[in-house]
Amino acid sequence: MKQIRTIEEINEKIRAGKVVVMTAEEVIGLVEEKGVNEAAAAVDVVTTGTFGPMCSSGVFLNLGHPQPRIKINEAYLNGVPAYAGIAAVDIYLGATALPPRDPANRNYPGEFVYGGAHVIEDLVAGKEIRLDASSYGTDCYPLKRIKTSFRLAEINEATLYNPRNAYQNYNVAVNLGQKNIYTYMGILKPNLGNANYSSAGQLSPLFNDPYLKTIGIGTRLFLGGGIGYVAWNGTQHNPSAERGSTGVPNYPAATLALVGDLKQMKPRWLRGLSYLGYGATLQVGVGIPIPILDEGMMSHCAIRDEEIMAPILDYQRAYPYRESGNLGLVSYADLKSGSITVSGKKVPTASLSSYAGAREIAETLKEWISGGDFELTSPAASLPAHDAGISLKPMPQRDPDGQEDQ
Amino acid sequence: MIKQKIVLRFPPHVVEQPTIYHLIKDYDLMVNILRADINPRKEGRLMMELSGSESNYQRALEWMKEQGLKIISLEQQIIWQQDRCTHCGACTVICPTGALCFTRPEMTVRFAEEKCVVCELCLRACPARAMETLVDSENSL
Repeated sequence: MKQIRTIEEINEKIRAGKVVVMTAEEVIGLVEEKGVNEAAAAVDVVTTGTFGPMCSSGVFLNLGHPQPRIKINEAYLNGVPAYAGIAAVDIYLGATALPPRDPANRNYPGEFVYGGAHVIEDLVAGKEIRLDASSYGTDCYPLKRIKTSFRLAEINEATLYNPRNAYQNYNVAVNLGQKNIYTYMGILKPNLGNANYSSAGQLSPLFNDPYLKTIGIGTRLFLGGGIGYVAWNGTQHNPSAERGSTGVPNYPAATLALVGDLKQMKPRWLRGLSYLGYGATLQVGVGIPIPILDEGMMSHCAIRDEEIMAPILDYQRAYPYRESGNLGLVSYADLKSGSITVSGKKVPTASLSSYAGAREIAETLKEWISGGDFELTSPAASLPAHDAGISLKPMPQRDPDGQEDQ
Repeated sequence: MIKQKIVLRFPPHVVEQPTIYHLIKDYDLMVNILRADINPRKEGRLMMELSGSESNYQRALEWMKEQGLKIISLEQQIIWQQDRCTHCGACTVICPTGALCFTRPEMTVRFAEEKCVVCELCLRACPARAMETLVDSENSL
């Protein structure tokens, strides 16, 4: 396809204050009215957004050294354990980490009122965080125990590193069983009581660049209210998932690993969540700019909720036990209407991802770019795409002590 | 005629009194009980809708206060903390009365207090914990 502009040309227009930016929602109407070619000629950048729960998120912290020095072996932030199996005062706090004394699901369904994600939100909000750390002591790092408190601005680095964010599509969860179930897709009422989904649909970043033509390693983006970058493909990256006629996958597919400086992010876009009976997780705001380098990109960005399908899955049996049981595909337009029909029954729908938040992120990113505060990057390398031959592997299960496969 | 939703809080010493009987027999009020519970310390909480004449309703309120009951407006029982709400909509399929609902095409959550029956299911269904209860509110009528 013929290239109509380059990233560098777009950046020159950003610097000159002449760039034309629209959100992925706004270009739908433009393309319907003027057609793809005219829309592609008129618009330089399309902004996207998503604001949903993303469990695979966390932050690397360097706490600085106390006097005397310590090689932290175990660390707790506000009582939540952080991973300390890296250098002396480096730790990684994961979004789903829970205090050792949390009753979890022993008191079913557990409430999970405070986990790693909540510590991250408190950190970004500038609150005082309690640190309890211990060590076995070495000649170079003699201190064995420290209890102190700190604020985000007082430590050396805080790098948000999320191994899997911005899922390209996701399941619609229902419950075919006889009683309530409590999942990462929310509370699912029995006998198809509700259907929960979690994607911004037409505004979601990877639906607007379905073949990862412009999003790659090093792509600059909106992350948690600040600026971040694509670090790598996300874990469970599955770009080979089956696609519909418009090119977007019908099943969970590509994912992104994102990285950014936590110190310039905002608590509004990094929210600690408590999923009843499931656990703590982080609601992450992500927005990615799509440069309209050719007419094909504009055609992708004009995708509508009516054209994006998601699979309906039973979370009482099929999902947890990895049994087959696809209950069909449904469009995001139907999901957003408030009810869908599953096996002949009208089922109310709810989202876990905030569409209002996604819209605000896409608008914010548009303002940043139009205002000259945000330039686009060319990827340093491409991400594995639909033609990379990736297939998702299950966990190998065999007797680790024996010689033969189970 | 007056129609009011209220919450009565019973201290342990009055929890065994036939309050509803008196409301009906002595004050000619219609009573529609929405929810009732007694906690392990034997304190009771009763949510109901009362309707009847304005003067009887006011006399009944006076009488209940004399009995040591605490009367709270039901509409102030559940608080929607808008700044905590991320407008995901997870609550809207859990709320049984439609008090928490979705506004389209804005795709934002709305809380219609007058429809709330204080079932409290939203408190734990909200992942962002944006719903709060004022069980110990001093907000008496």
